[in-house]
Amino acid sequence: MERIIQDNLEKSEFLVNRRVFTDKEILARERAEIFNKCWLFIGHETEIPEAGDYKRKKVGGRNLLFVHSQDGEIRALFNTCPHRGALVCREDSGNSRVFRCFYHAWSFKNDGELVGMPGKDGFPEGFNDEGTKNMKAVNRLESYRGFMFVNFDDNAISLDEYLGNAKEYIDLVVDQSEYGMEALGGVQQYSVRANWKLLAENSVDLYHGMPTHKTYFDIKQAQDPNLKRVKLEGKGINLGNGHSVIEYVAPWGRPVAQWTPIWDEEFKNDMEKMKTRLAERFGEDRADRIANYNRNIVIFPNLVINDIMAVTARTFYPSSPGYMEVQGYSLAPKGESDKHRLARNNNFLEFLGPGGFATPDDNEALELCQEAYNNNSEVEWNDISKGMVRGEGNALATDELQMRSFWRHYNSIIQESLNKEVAHR
Amino acid sequence: MTIKTLERQDIVDFLYTEAKILDEWRLMDWAALFTDDGTYIVPPIGEPEAIPTKSLFYIHDNRSRLQERAERLLKKEAHVEYPHSTTTRNYHNILVGDIESDVISVDCNFTTHRTKREVVDTFIGKIKYELVRENDRLAIQRKKVVLNLDSLRPHGKISLIL
Repeated sequence: MERIIQDNLEKSEFLVNRRVFTDKEILARERAEIFNKCWLFIGHETEIPEAGDYKRKKVGGRNLLFVHSQDGEIRALFNTCPHRGALVCREDSGNSRVFRCFYHAWSFKNDGELVGMPGKDGFPEGFNDEGTKNMKAVNRLESYRGFMFVNFDDNAISLDEYLGNAKEYIDLVVDQSEYGMEALGGVQQYSVRANWKLLAENSVDLYHGMPTHKTYFDIKQAQDPNLKRVKLEGKGINLGNGHSVIEYVAPWGRPVAQWTPIWDEEFKNDMEKMKTRLAERFGEDRADRIANYNRNIVIFPNLVINDIMAVTARTFYPSSPGYMEVQGYSLAPKGESDKHRLARNNNFLEFLGPGGFATPDDNEALELCQEAYNNNSEVEWNDISKGMVRGEGNALATDELQMRSFWRHYNSIIQESLNKEVAHR
Repeated sequence: MTIKTLERQDIVDFLYTEAKILDEWRLMDWAALFTDDGTYIVPPIGEPEAIPTKSLFYIHDNRSRLQERAERLLKKEAHVEYPHSTTTRNYHNILVGDIESDVISVDCNFTTHRTKREVVDTFIGKIKYELVRENDRLAIQRKKVVLNLDSLRPHGKISLIL
């Protein structure tokens, strides 16, 4: 393969070689250079609020146990017995002080420490003095405002440094709640028969909004004939490190704190109070931004936080070039009233998720891209030049700067890896 | 005609008719099977009794939204179902509750096969219906679909009415 991207500023043309979506060798490099080295979202701290709470997670191709240990620490344990390797915990979630591997009945405290094994007399004194028979924890687990990430590279920069400019946007999401956000039950686990990078692109691609999701906007317009702001106006911003965001006006009701006519007058009052409270906490401008603007944030490589008609966090991982597994979370302010929570969840379900009126159409679009990449030999390049003529600081949310930011960072990692290989040959 | 003498077979025929209507993509006819306060819900996988303020459902439709769902899926711009996938629904193990009661509970197992672009996805699970007599006909007051799956993989979406 020649180059991954063609970034031609003079011509205002940006091209991505389609083989990155289909090539198995590229996927192997992505595993080695991206998923083994970047910060990857494992979950939200509120998924395991109590000591002993745990959830099984698949992150970066690993089987992990996300666990709130008895000592109060949150850990990510590799879910494999140090003895012969079996998956130690087979339940998807629960609360337990101890995990026991059924194969030879070794047991571990929920911080991973080996505390029991049958036939102890067959092992030497001090068998586990160095702790090598404990369940191994991922060394790097760090949190930003409740969002928890792991990194399989012990030498990685801190999460704080990694997130960099993206923190400002995560703050805008989290600040909508005075008491913090919580993850709801019913994490949506689905798939898309397409390359994982297509979902990263799609998540900050407002250009597709109207053509792909017309049926959703039809419904919104029927509910609110005065809905004029379907223009989806806003900005596209490169946040560095491959992260990016689109921020734009909300053409729909936002549960914090933009009212829409399908909600009653009582709601309207509540929303005005919320808005006032936000202004007290953060000033008018920031309150306006929090309540009335949408944010779709991509945290490189595979976390998307959408603060739109509800808040969703999605993470995804490729099991092959043409297939990804997706986890979709819903986040909501702690202590939200049931009435508002239901309105929020209705908003969520109407657009987002595998049963929504929009997400399945995204899924279809990505699958059609993937299917047509069978033509890669003859038709080699994707074009994502939209808005390039405007210059980096002037990109609209409906432009493609956000995607170029992802690809430039991606290219710096994968092209370097490809060059290394050539040098070694 | 009155259906005072409702028999179990009438209920079974009603369910089979619903399946046939859905397989024929007569979605407006399907919506019309519901009462004015009818609901159609699909709770999260593994949480059949989930509470909608604590957990995120796949589908949690009141009467107007199930109508919107039906209308949407018939549009050409519902890209995921254009052209329409081919579906085959089968209902089994039908258990009809007290047929004399005002609200008749019916439980059944279902399989819904969907094929599109040479890929077959199979949804399996249980449906709980609450049926009522309305204007000398049967109508659905509540339809709850409990998916007996580990996840929505590889299906990826619920772009049809289960």
